[in-house]
Amino acid sequence: MLLPKARGELSQALFDSLRSEPGDTGTLAQVRPTDRDDVQIALWAMYELHYAGFEDVDDELEWHAGGLGLRRSLERDFESELRARQPATTLAEPFAEALFAFIAEHDGPSIAAYVQRKADREQVLELLRHRSIYHLKESDPTAWVVPRLPTAPKAALMELQYDEYGGGDPNRLHAHLFALGLEASGLRADPYAYIDDVPVEILELNNAMSLFGLHRRLRAASLGHLAAFETTSSLPSRRVAQGLSRLDFPPEMIAYYEEHVEADAVHEQLAVRTICGALVEAEPQLIDDVVFGAFTCLDLEDRYAQRMLDGWAS
Amino acid sequence: MTTEDHGFVHPDVIVCPGGPLLIRGEHVIEDADGVAHQTVRPVSAVCRCGKSASQPWCDGTHKVLPARDRP
Repeated sequence: MLLPKARGELSQALFDSLRSEPGDTGTLAQVRPTDRDDVQIALWAMYELHYAGFEDVDDELEWHAGGLGLRRSLERDFESELRARQPATTLAEPFAEALFAFIAEHDGPSIAAYVQRKADREQVLELLRHRSIYHLKESDPTAWVVPRLPTAPKAALMELQYDEYGGGDPNRLHAHLFALGLEASGLRADPYAYIDDVPVEILELNNAMSLFGLHRRLRAASLGHLAAFETTSSLPSRRVAQGLSRLDFPPEMIAYYEEHVEADAVHEQLAVRTICGALVEAEPQLIDDVVFGAFTCLDLEDRYAQRMLDGWAS
Repeated sequence: MTTEDHGFVHPDVIVCPGGPLLIRGEHVIEDADGVAHQTVRPVSAVCRCGKSASQPWCDGTHKVLPARDRP
């Protein structure tokens, strides 16, 4: 995989610098970002250095001080923006029921309902291309959190992640199931094949997960994000599976969503009760960050859904 | 059995208030029609509300039921 297309002056300067030897990032701090797309694609590319990297970027640059300095500056602004979007929230007791209720009370536009009943084949293919950016590395951002947890939530997170990664069987690894679904649907399954096509909302969704996963300070936000993600997955996955059947998508793609109906009915209980519940029991001061992570997941999904539904309606 | 050997409660079965029964490990569950289902994941969620479309497994349907109809 090569670096994505630049989306503005900052990402252009960054990508030029990442391709150069030895990654001279000295003047990047003076480049003003063109817009949100420009910032988010720059941040996404810097995060990607910590996952699979790029063929046209030296692996050494993952830990280049200049690049990390720019990343940190963009992350600070991004985190402030995400926090500013969240209304003040205090969870009631008991924790698990309160977190479930907080997520259930959040009402947003539903892409799944649209896919189930109305979407045409082209719209679903567009959705799958966008979703491929995350689903082809499903659960990876959360894996960063494991070594940063106390004993009980660490064991609980591994219990969930073990299932996400196929329980030891590569044939059942969720990201691989999605890759099989993409190929069967006539789409590319190599990672980030469609990165140049995705809207800024998809970049924000992915960057928030990497931000939370890569900072120990934000471990609770990562797990709160996980809880909201899993809790809003089972029933929507069934709707998407039904929409895919209606449009005669191949069984491999349908199977991916059907797997998530049952898997995430388990995972939502684990994420809320045994993972986040155990975390806030061990570290009660982290409860607000759990809620921040959960809100961010719901809010960014809403923003993506609204953009797509508006675009499809026009 | 509840294991508490090393300081943590780690039950084999968890009753989720208003939701499913979580069971850890490999089991065969017989549904209401007498059909046997093998668990396929480290933890499985067995439907308690009776409304799941994936019997005997939970599919999250309990969350859209009125509170009085939840288990």
